[in-house]
Amino acid sequence: MAASYFDVDGTLVSTNLVHPTLFYLLNQSTPLHSAMKLGLAVAKAPWMVLAEMRDRRLFNEMLFSAYQGVSEDRLLSLAEEAFDKVIKPRIYPAAKDFVKASLDTGQDVVLVSGALDFLMKFLADYLGATDVIANRLEIKDRYATGKLLRPVVAGPEKARLVREHARGKGHNLDDCFAYSDSYSDVPMLSVVGYPAAINPDRKLSLLAQAYHWPIIRLEAKA
Amino acid sequence: MSHPCLVTIDSRSAPRALFSGDQLVEVDLPTGTRVVYPKPPLAGLKDVDAAIRYAINHPYNSEPLYAKLRPGMKVTIAVDDISLPLPQMKRPDIRERVLTIVLDLLADYSVDDVEIIVATSVHRRMKDYEVRHMVGDKIFNAYWPKKLYNHDAENAANMKYLGTTELGEEVELNKRACESDLVIYVNLNYVPMDGGHKSVAVGLCGYRSLRAHHNPKTMRDCHSYMDPSSSALSTSVERMGRLVNQKLNVFTIETTVNNRMFDRTLDFLAKNEDDLTAAERAAMRALMFTLKKTPQAARQAVFQRVHAPYDVTGVFAGETEAVHGHTLKKCYEQYLVPVQGQADILITGIPYISPYNVNSFLNPLLVQVMANGYLFNLYKGLPMVKKGGTMIVLHPCTDLFDNEHHAPYIEFVHRLLPETRDAMELHKKYEQKFANNPAYIEMYRFGNAYHPTHPFFMWYWGEAGRQHIGRMIVVGPDNEYIPKLLGWETARTMEEALRMAKQTAPPQPDILCLHPPPMLMCEVTERGHKPALSVPPESSRG
Repeated sequence: MAASYFDVDGTLVSTNLVHPTLFYLLNQSTPLHSAMKLGLAVAKAPWMVLAEMRDRRLFNEMLFSAYQGVSEDRLLSLAEEAFDKVIKPRIYPAAKDFVKASLDTGQDVVLVSGALDFLMKFLADYLGATDVIANRLEIKDRYATGKLLRPVVAGPEKARLVREHARGKGHNLDDCFAYSDSYSDVPMLSVVGYPAAINPDRKLSLLAQAYHWPIIRLEAKA
Repeated sequence: MSHPCLVTIDSRSAPRALFSGDQLVEVDLPTGTRVVYPKPPLAGLKDVDAAIRYAINHPYNSEPLYAKLRPGMKVTIAVDDISLPLPQMKRPDIRERVLTIVLDLLADYSVDDVEIIVATSVHRRMKDYEVRHMVGDKIFNAYWPKKLYNHDAENAANMKYLGTTELGEEVELNKRACESDLVIYVNLNYVPMDGGHKSVAVGLCGYRSLRAHHNPKTMRDCHSYMDPSSSALSTSVERMGRLVNQKLNVFTIETTVNNRMFDRTLDFLAKNEDDLTAAERAAMRALMFTLKKTPQAARQAVFQRVHAPYDVTGVFAGETEAVHGHTLKKCYEQYLVPVQGQADILITGIPYISPYNVNSFLNPLLVQVMANGYLFNLYKGLPMVKKGGTMIVLHPCTDLFDNEHHAPYIEFVHRLLPETRDAMELHKKYEQKFANNPAYIEMYRFGNAYHPTHPFFMWYWGEAGRQHIGRMIVVGPDNEYIPKLLGWETARTMEEALRMAKQTAPPQPDILCLHPPPMLMCEVTERGHKPALSVPPESSRG
């Protein structure tokens, strides 16, 4: 038995972590709250750009600090709407079939994403994925602190989480598949026997060609 | 007296120029070596369009095409992909000419529900510009992509199970073809293993059907792929094709071309090196020099752009088997050179192109299929080389793959071959695993990659040759690793290869050198035996 580990943003959907975060910022309890949150986010934007260039984990932590003060109820009650309005329309048309093809071979399908777990669960249900490895917000007194619980799902940490998941489920990593669009996921791609690049960025595309990893284009498919 | 295309080397003979990938290499061959050259191109038909019309109006063992038509019927036209001819034919491709006439006829009879399927089977999807080259601008603009498209053998909803032959071979075909009132197959028969029942029963099938015959056991039982009467592969395909023809209304149109692979400026490549004029010798030297100084990518780009000025030599239409008999005769008339006596050592160059690397690089697995599969099998009657004999090939065996077209090949060569070369073991242990690999299936269906089982088929394709040949020596590889993976010995020069081959050959070995391209075949008989009359003194129709 094997598993397929899918990165999500850019791989199966055209959104990135910013899109659902923006949705939450724009849907605060009052317009004033929304405006304040947005203002703060804009002020942080240059630092986030730098963080993205330097360390994906740092970027995630800065981005998710925008959730500070949002109630757990609000996070969960808006999750379905955020999925329907932000993520679902941006799922690549071929993604569902591709995930199904993996499931049809008897593999577990695991979404491995830096996005938030309560959103990824809706996506997993929609695609038929069996498991989710995603970031979790720290909640204190039913409000988000704006911090992420450890481990933060990003970069090399994804590789460790995939290894841990495979060990827990009894999968032989040599038989497992992993898919991503981003060079930052090379560690995750490198731990499985069958890595492949989906809609790769330039750096990953070059690497995939050099290592003869399959290159798949879900975005271009009609 | 031997055939004019069979030349014996003497002490005054010039070196022979053989292809080694996309380079030409001069080799000195020992005195007494027999070199087989291609026959001169047959004369082309004077009026190809008239021949097409005549063929579909006067078909073999079938009513004329027009008599099969009625308004409102559903017609599927299937057409060979660009795996042949090699190189691609200059425009207009014969398939365009046949399609143009057939589509006009269908329109005349108010047949509007027409779709054209490129019968790729598990080959890669053809790209739009490749399809355009094949069918011409007018048809391409009118039909692509909704009514002219590539077959998809992995779209389960698009496949239909037709039945099982008496030997348990499952026949599953393209659903659109199965549900059509009439299937017209437009073929270009480049070599004798093409066409016939293979067109529909293989071109429009999927892995479920292919595994019935594309397996090591069937391939081992093939005594020449190019002679359907002694090919287990062909026999299996025929059984499946007969079942298809019982269930579907198939009208076959087959065409043959001559072997004019090169324009007149490069005609000298097919000539006996001793007969070259001073100008041709200079042109040969210039070509060799240029190829040597040009980077590989540029050489590949140039060769890919050179299309062949083939002439059409025959158009035959009607019931599949009746048609194919005439096609085979015409193929053999062009290719067969009679040769008496098998060789102890067979020498040949491996050119830059195969049916599976049109517009891409001839990777190591395809080099293997060219040597053990195609070139070894270019015979009718007896194999060119004796059982346990040695084959010497020229090729650099560069460890290079086209990531887009040959993705599953890379894993096959670099992950599986280091483990085993045993075709049976590969078949049992890994074929199914590859067949289910979602990434490769995705690349086959929506990219331009060969199906994940295709590298296995390529390995099995070499199986008959591997079982027959004692040693394979490659001259001039640029690395040791790939020949070792393929189970081949290496030599730096032809002299070294011959010295190695002679160690296991009888004294005074019989050496035969095959000199393609252009395409040729040997009809090999025992020494002192007259060649069988595969080719009648004059062709019956054309």
